[in-house]
Amino acid sequence: MDNSSFINQHISRQFNKEMEDIRNKVLTMGGLVEQQVDLATNAFMSYDMESAEKVIQQDQLINALEKDIDHECTEIMAKRQPAAFDLRMLIATIKIITDLERIGDEAARIAKMTMRIEAADYYQDKYYEIEHLLEMVKEMLNGALDAYARTDTEEVIAITAQDHKVDREYTSITRQLITQMMEDPRNITRALDMLWTARALERIGDHSCNVCEHVIYMVKGKDVRHLSHEELEKTVNEAR
Amino acid sequence: MTTEARKTHAIDINALNRAGKSGRDKFDTCISVQDLNLFYGSKQALHNVNMEMPRKKVTAYIGPSGCGKSTLLRCINRMNDLVDGVTIQGKLLLDGEDIYDKNINVAALRRRVGMVFQKPNPFPKSIYENVAYGLRIQGINDRRVLDEIVEKSLRGAALWDEAKDRLNDNALGLSGGQQQRLVIARAIAIEPEVILLDEPASALDPISTLKIEELIDELKEKYTIVIVTHNMQQAARVSDYTAFMYMGELIEFGETSELFTNPAKKQTEDYITGRYG
Repeated sequence: MDNSSFINQHISRQFNKEMEDIRNKVLTMGGLVEQQVDLATNAFMSYDMESAEKVIQQDQLINALEKDIDHECTEIMAKRQPAAFDLRMLIATIKIITDLERIGDEAARIAKMTMRIEAADYYQDKYYEIEHLLEMVKEMLNGALDAYARTDTEEVIAITAQDHKVDREYTSITRQLITQMMEDPRNITRALDMLWTARALERIGDHSCNVCEHVIYMVKGKDVRHLSHEELEKTVNEAR
Repeated sequence: MTTEARKTHAIDINALNRAGKSGRDKFDTCISVQDLNLFYGSKQALHNVNMEMPRKKVTAYIGPSGCGKSTLLRCINRMNDLVDGVTIQGKLLLDGEDIYDKNINVAALRRRVGMVFQKPNPFPKSIYENVAYGLRIQGINDRRVLDEIVEKSLRGAALWDEAKDRLNDNALGLSGGQQQRLVIARAIAIEPEVILLDEPASALDPISTLKIEELIDELKEKYTIVIVTHNMQQAARVSDYTAFMYMGELIEFGETSELFTNPAKKQTEDYITGRYG
C-alpha cells in the first residue's frame, strides 16, 4: 500500500480526482512554504528588503491554500464517507496543512524582523552562527514533504531523529549568544535578532517533525505523537 | 476563572488519567464458528470459516454480493436446512453447544435465535396478533400476560407510540419501516438470545433506516446481534465487530473501529474504500 498511485484506484473516478486534487494542493502549499523559508532566511542573512517584503506578501497565499484544502477535505468527508487509507489521508492532510501554515508564519516572522533591522545595525559579519541550524531545518522540511508526496515512511525516522540534533543546536546557539551578550552589551541587539530567528527555525523543525508523524499515521495507521524517538521507531518498524 | 457555561464540566483528573488506559471489554463468546464448510450441491459456498462472535454486541458481515454472508448468517439458526442439497461440515457453537448436533431441537433453537429479513414479512393479522403469534404457539393465551409482552415488545422495537392506538388494525397497513419494526417486535416477543438481521434496512427510506439503526443500538443491551448489510457505512455505524467476507471466505474479522480505519488486509482495504479488487 506504500505508494502514492494507490490514491488513484477508486471505482469512482470523481473520487480519484478529488483526492488527487487535495494531494496536489498540499504539495503546492508545501513547495510554497519551502520557498518562503528560503526567501525569509536569505533576506535575514543578506539584509535583502525586497525578499523580506515578498515573503510577507506571499504569506496570505499560504493562508488561502490552508482554508481551501480544509474546505475540500470537509466536503469529501460529507459526500463520500471515506474509510481506511482515504480517511487517514484526509485527517492527516488537515493536520499537515495546519503545521505548514505555521511554518509559513515563522517564515513571515523572520521576514518581519529583517525589515525592522536598521541598516545601521546590519552587521557585515553575517549571522554565521545559525547557518548550520538553517541547513538542518531545511533538510527536515524537505524530507517531510517528500514523505507525504511518496506516501512513504522510510525516511521519516531519520527526520524525527534530526529534530533532537536541532534542539541541541538551538540550545548551543542560545548559550553562545548569551556569552556574546555578556562580553559586550553592544552585541545585544544583534544577538537578540539571531536568537529570535534561531527560535523560529527550531519551531520549523518541530512542525516538520509533526508533518512526519501525520504521514506515519496516514501510511501505517499508527498514532505516534508524543512518543519518545525510540518508541516511535519501534512502532513504525512493527507496523505492517 | 471558570465561566458560568463551563462550571458544570468539572475536571476529573483521575478519570482523565484512566482514559485510554483501560483495556477493551472482555470478549465473551456467544457464537463460535469452527472450520465451517457449506456446499450447495457440489458448489462450495463457505470455505473453512472460523469466527467468534461476542455476546450482547453487534457483529456485522460485509462483502460483495454472493460472498456467503447471508449463507453464514442463515447457518446460525439452521435456515439452510430448508435448502435442497445443502451439506454442512464443521461446528457452530451457541453457548458452547453445537447446533448441528443430532440431538438439537431445531424449533427450540429458532426460539433462541430470532431472524428478521430484508423485506418486512408481517402476517396478514392485526398488529397485536403479529406480536403475540409466537407466544400463542407456545401455548400462552392469558390476555394479561399477552398484553404485557405485546406492549413490552412494541416498546422494545420503538413502535409502541406509533401503534398503541391501532393495535387491532391490520399490520399490512403499516409503512415499510413500521412493518420492519413490527417484525423485530415479533422476534423479541419470545425473548431470544440472538437476533439475526439480514439486510434489515435495505428496503427502507433513510429515516426509517436510522430508526432501525437506533433500535439495533438499544437491542444490544439485551441481545447478541448479527447483521448482514450491503451498506458499509451502516456496518460502521451500528456494529462493534465486523467480518469482511469474499468468495465464501472470511478475509478479516475485528473491531469495527479498527477495521474501518486501519484494516489488516489489502482486500478489506480495497473493498471498504471502493477500489478495484
